[in-house]
Amino acid sequence: MVVSNTRFTAAELATQLKIGTVSAVEAVQCHLDRIDDVDGDLHAFLHVSAEEALATAREVDKDRAAGVDLPPLAGVPIAVKDLICTKGIPTTAASRILEGWIPPYDASIVRNIKAARMPILGKTNLDEFAMGSSTEHSAFGDTHNPWDLDRIPGGSGGGSAVAVASYEAPLAIGTDTGGSIRGPAAFTGTVGVKPTYGSVSRYGCIAMASSLDQAGPVARNVLDTALLHEVLAGYDPRDSTSINEPVPAYADAAVHGATQDLKGVKVGVVLEMVGNGFQPGVLARFYESLTKLQNMGAEVVNLSCPSFPFAFDAYYLIMPAEVSSNLARYDGMRYGLRVEPTDGRPVTAESVTMATRGQGFGEEVKRRIILGTYALSAGYYDAFYGSAQQVRTLIQRDFAAAFDQVDVLVSPTTPTTAFKLGEKLDDVLAMYLGDVATIPANLAGVPALSMPNGIDAGLPTGFQIIAPAKEDARLYRVGAALEAALEHQWGGPLLDQAPELTVAE
Amino acid sequence: MSTITRDELVHVARLAAIDLTEAETDQFATELNVILEAVARVNTIVTPDVPATSHPLPMTNVLRDDVVIPSIPLDEIEAGAIAFEDGKFLVPQILGEE
Repeated sequence: MVVSNTRFTAAELATQLKIGTVSAVEAVQCHLDRIDDVDGDLHAFLHVSAEEALATAREVDKDRAAGVDLPPLAGVPIAVKDLICTKGIPTTAASRILEGWIPPYDASIVRNIKAARMPILGKTNLDEFAMGSSTEHSAFGDTHNPWDLDRIPGGSGGGSAVAVASYEAPLAIGTDTGGSIRGPAAFTGTVGVKPTYGSVSRYGCIAMASSLDQAGPVARNVLDTALLHEVLAGYDPRDSTSINEPVPAYADAAVHGATQDLKGVKVGVVLEMVGNGFQPGVLARFYESLTKLQNMGAEVVNLSCPSFPFAFDAYYLIMPAEVSSNLARYDGMRYGLRVEPTDGRPVTAESVTMATRGQGFGEEVKRRIILGTYALSAGYYDAFYGSAQQVRTLIQRDFAAAFDQVDVLVSPTTPTTAFKLGEKLDDVLAMYLGDVATIPANLAGVPALSMPNGIDAGLPTGFQIIAPAKEDARLYRVGAALEAALEHQWGGPLLDQAPELTVAE
Repeated sequence: MSTITRDELVHVARLAAIDLTEAETDQFATELNVILEAVARVNTIVTPDVPATSHPLPMTNVLRDDVVIPSIPLDEIEAGAIAFEDGKFLVPQILGEE
C-alpha cells in the first residue's frame, strides 16, 4: 500500500487527495519512506526536509478537513534542485563554496510552490553550479541512474530526474542552461521541459549563464509537467527578463493532446540534428516515433538549419563568459566558505578570495570560469564572445525560418543513451558534445520538451520537441499525443520497464 | 586561431581570482586549447553585417514599480554571514602592505 501511493502520477495523487482516499501526510510519508529505501544507492538527494514537508502536509490536511478551497496540487510533494534558494533549508549548488549555507529568502518559484501548498521533500543533487552533463561534477558525490546504477543520470539535474524516475517524488524542479532538464529526462526515461526564456522567474535561482538559464518542470509524464509549469510560470517583477503576460493553459493542452489526433500539425525534422555522432538505436527509436506522429495525422517535413552546427561553438563561449561574471560573487567575503592563504602571502581580501575560490570551486567550475575570463579578455573579445553573439543571431534566424514552415521541430534529445560513470570524465570535449541537440533552444530562448522514446539496449532514449517562443502549449499538445501512442504500444509508461530497485534494510 | 600558453593561463587565473595548483595549471592549459580549437569556428560563419544578440527575447527599459519593498532583516543576514559586526560584514584587510 505504501509503495503504490508513490506510483501515482501527480495528477492522480491530486485527485486521491481531493476525494480523501490519501491524506497529504500519507502522501509525504510514503515518499519519505521511499527515499529511505532507495536513495542510499541512488543519491538523488543532498538534503531531505522531512519535518518541513510533513508540517506543510498537516496544514493542507487540516484546511481540507475544514472545507477550505485548496489549489489543484495542494499536498502533492515535490523535490527541488539544490540550485534554488529555499529559506531555512540548506542550498549548496552542490559546491563546497556554499556548503552549509542556509538562504535567508525563498526563490520566487519556491514561493509559488508554497502558495500552491506543495510539500518540499528536499533538495536534489546536480553538477556543481549546474555545470555538467552527468552530475559527476557534484562536490558531494555522484547520482546513479535507476536503469543501471553504474551509469550516469545525465546532468546537471541528475538528482531531480532520478527522484521522479525512482518514485521518490512525483514532481521535481530543474534548471536548463544547455540541456540540464532535458538531458537527464532522456537518460532516465522521464519528462522534462525547458520553458520559453522568461516564462518562469529566476529570482532566487543561483545564476550560471543569465542569458540562457531557465527553470522548469520535471515529472514522469507530459500532463504532470504541464500542471507544474502552470504553478511555476507567471510574471515576477523581481526578474527583469520575466514575461509580463498571462500564463497559458498548459494542462488543457496536454489533456486535449492525449485524446486528439494531430491533423493539421506540421512537424519539422532538422537535418543537422539527426546526423553524425548519434547512436543508431537512438535514431531508430526517433524515426519510429516520427512514423507514429504521421499515423496520427501530422505532416512531417525535412528542413535545414545551417547554423545549428555552430550552436555548440557559440554556447561554449557565451556560457563560460557569463559564468565567469556570475560566479565572481563567490569571494569568501560575506557568506559561504572563507579560506586564508597558507603559503606566506599576507591575509588580504585579494589573497583570501583567491584561496577561497581555489579550494571552494571544483575542477569543472574552475575550467569554465577561466575559459570565460579568457574569452572576455582584451584582444580576444571580438574573435570569441563577439562572434558567438553573432552566431546566436544566425541560430535565431534559422529557428524563425523553420517555424515559418512548421509548428514544432523534433529531434533525439541526446545523441546517446546513458554512459558509464567515469567514462567521459577525462574527455572534456566528449562530455560537452552530449548537449549538441539541446543547446540551440537555449541560445534562441525557445521552449523544448524531452520525453521517453523507448529503449536501446536496455536504456531509455529521449524524444525532443521544440516550439516557437511563448508557444510552450504546443509541446504539451504534441507531447501528450505521442506519449499516448507510445504507451499504447508499450502497454504502460516506459518506467514500468525499469528494473526494480533494491530496498535498503 | 590563438592558442593559450601556460604563462597566459597563469595570468588569466589571476584575473579570475582563483589559486590554481601546478597540476591544475598544466591540465587547464592543455584542455583549454582543445576547447578553444573546437569552438574557434565561430568567426568563420559570421560576417560584419550580422548583428549580435545578447538576450533571446529582447526587452528594454524594464523597471519595477517605484514602491519600497522590505529588505531581508539584518539578523537573518548575520546568521548566514562568515563574520559580522555592528551590522556589517567583517572582511580581511582590503589593501596589501605595499
